[in-house]
Amino acid sequence: MTSSGEPRKKSGTIKVDYMARVEGEGALFIKLKNDQVQDVKLKIFEPPRLFESLLRGRHFTEAPDITARICGICPVAYQMGSVHAIERALGITIHPMVRQLRRLLYAGEWIESHVLHIYMLHAPDFLGYRDFVELAKDHPEEATQALRLKKLGNRIMSLLGGREIHPVSVAVGGFYKTPERAHLETLTEDLKWALDVAVAKAEFLASFEYPDFEQTYEFVALSHPNEYPLNEGRLVSNKGLNIDASQYDDYFVEQHVKHSNALHSVIRGRGSYQTGPLARLNLNFSKLPSVARQVAEHCGVRVPCLNPFKSILARAVEVVFALDEAQRIIQTYEPPPAPRVAYDVHAATGYSITEAPRGIQFNRYSFDENGLIQAVKIVPPTSQNQKRIEDDLRNFIPSIVSQPVEEITRRCEQAVRNYDPCISCATHFLKLTLERE
Amino acid sequence: MSSSKQAKKPSIGVFKFASCDGCQLSLLDLEDELVALTGAVDIAFFPEMSSNMRKGPYDIGLVEGSVTTHHDASRIHEIRKQCRTLVAIGACSTAGGIQALRNWNDSKQWVSHVYAHPEYIQTLGMSTPISEHVPVDFELRGCPVNKRQLLELVSATLTGRKPNIPTYSVCMECKRAGNVCVTVAQGIACLGPATQAGCGAICPSFNRGCYGCFGPAETPNTLILVEQLLAHGRPAEAVTRDFRSFNAWAWPCREASENARLA
Repeated sequence: MTSSGEPRKKSGTIKVDYMARVEGEGALFIKLKNDQVQDVKLKIFEPPRLFESLLRGRHFTEAPDITARICGICPVAYQMGSVHAIERALGITIHPMVRQLRRLLYAGEWIESHVLHIYMLHAPDFLGYRDFVELAKDHPEEATQALRLKKLGNRIMSLLGGREIHPVSVAVGGFYKTPERAHLETLTEDLKWALDVAVAKAEFLASFEYPDFEQTYEFVALSHPNEYPLNEGRLVSNKGLNIDASQYDDYFVEQHVKHSNALHSVIRGRGSYQTGPLARLNLNFSKLPSVARQVAEHCGVRVPCLNPFKSILARAVEVVFALDEAQRIIQTYEPPPAPRVAYDVHAATGYSITEAPRGIQFNRYSFDENGLIQAVKIVPPTSQNQKRIEDDLRNFIPSIVSQPVEEITRRCEQAVRNYDPCISCATHFLKLTLERE
Repeated sequence: MSSSKQAKKPSIGVFKFASCDGCQLSLLDLEDELVALTGAVDIAFFPEMSSNMRKGPYDIGLVEGSVTTHHDASRIHEIRKQCRTLVAIGACSTAGGIQALRNWNDSKQWVSHVYAHPEYIQTLGMSTPISEHVPVDFELRGCPVNKRQLLELVSATLTGRKPNIPTYSVCMECKRAGNVCVTVAQGIACLGPATQAGCGAICPSFNRGCYGCFGPAETPNTLILVEQLLAHGRPAEAVTRDFRSFNAWAWPCREASENARLA
């Protein structure tokens, strides 16, 4: 790495060999020639674990436990993705209250994952800190409240699933065990406190300095007639996409590029797209509860919002949504007659798309008449955003190219973190190298 | 200057190999203790948390993940040299993880199932625990580790005492939780009798059998457990799969899965 004392050259390479404050192992490589961007590569050197292969021959009832291990930060996303695809393959209709409990479990994961990323991984970039510990020294109140918010997300998951990382309750057809109403009501007081804090603290995030950078995006997200999307809906975009999960392969293709252990996903004939909180907010704003819409307006987030750096505000709005949704579910909850529904096993193929905290994840499961898995395809959010991250960097670098190498590097890392990349998931994802020719 | 006379804070490095990030996330999930912890120790290398990455040596190294690449097989030796105490955390680093299922299969074929250009992918045929490569001072089990046990381990290491991590089976925790045995009462297949405690017997508490994510307990009687599972009518292939999951490459699990397969 070039030190700040060195005279700046117009050509060269910027490398970040091991990107910090992202989940998993990745690197960034940027090549400049006469201040023009020649190449941008987001390298994922996280070693592949080959989930799609190791699932072959396993029984579909094992899929929620195994796929959780794709990601320690968003295990529920993979549990939901697998059970929904399998249930759809078998024609299983889950009980409406089970559906509500799954939304509650997922809301818990959104709260934990979003608060982790907003305060511990991304906010230090905006405030010039190296980490949350430095942030906590100058902003002790925000740090304490963030930790308490995060803990509440984890409590929701532990209450419904036994533990926050790799919960054990999710089963094909429902849950292994569903909670009593009184058990859920132990969350009520904390949820009330958390919603007040999440609304109030959005102002702290809105006070950050945001780079003046907007892009023309194809935003892709689920859309449901009367809900902000989590587990269910059609896949839509601001460029006319409107498909069922089963049509995903017709519209999206994964490309294997040499520099990455993560596959790049693109829309056939159109290229990169963005998925995640900013995409969901832009495509589903009217479905947000009024308290979340008010927070967005208060923070100056108006749709269409085309500034990727404001994804941190989109996350803050979604934390408000998830807390409000958790309150709503708990208030109307009645235990279902049985934790899960009975079903018959037959050979089948099923598809699902759910909204993980960092974007859509697609699943296709095929199994035989004994329920043994024959083929699986899982497309995690980060491999879908990876090409778009490179496109953002290519277009963002010219606005900062006159700055010292250290500052270019810092800004590029911040731009990558807009997408909350989860590299552990995507491998099948970061290091920064800036090369000047 | 008084600061130079103060005892230097012990340094911790957190290193990642093939894994889901869940075990190191457990450190960040210590919401109530995180500020105190970062005050008591010097987090010198923890890329998931901080851009401030400093060179070793470190007093304690926490290693998450299994070894699956040539590069990682040499990196672990460098890390060992830099860490006074090296601790493997989680099922990947102590037993190879779920990705060790490749150890029974042709991993080249597995790579070609997932990737269009297998030639771009560099991976070893086996996923192996850290202890197969370098001496490890302590192995903390679990998929994921229990964050209370992780805190106990760090505290004990800092004060130079033996960590209080029980090696008895999940059955002990299950009885203490007041659960009715899911195998005895409902005939549900449960690996609890042969699995190390630490999770708090959460699966039986959720009315399902333990699936062994904390790995083999001390001196597990897997021979009898395999017989019992088969006697309850569980098909041999299913029992083989039961032992081939998150701790599949741990020796007692390998042996049990093989016994079931040949049954």
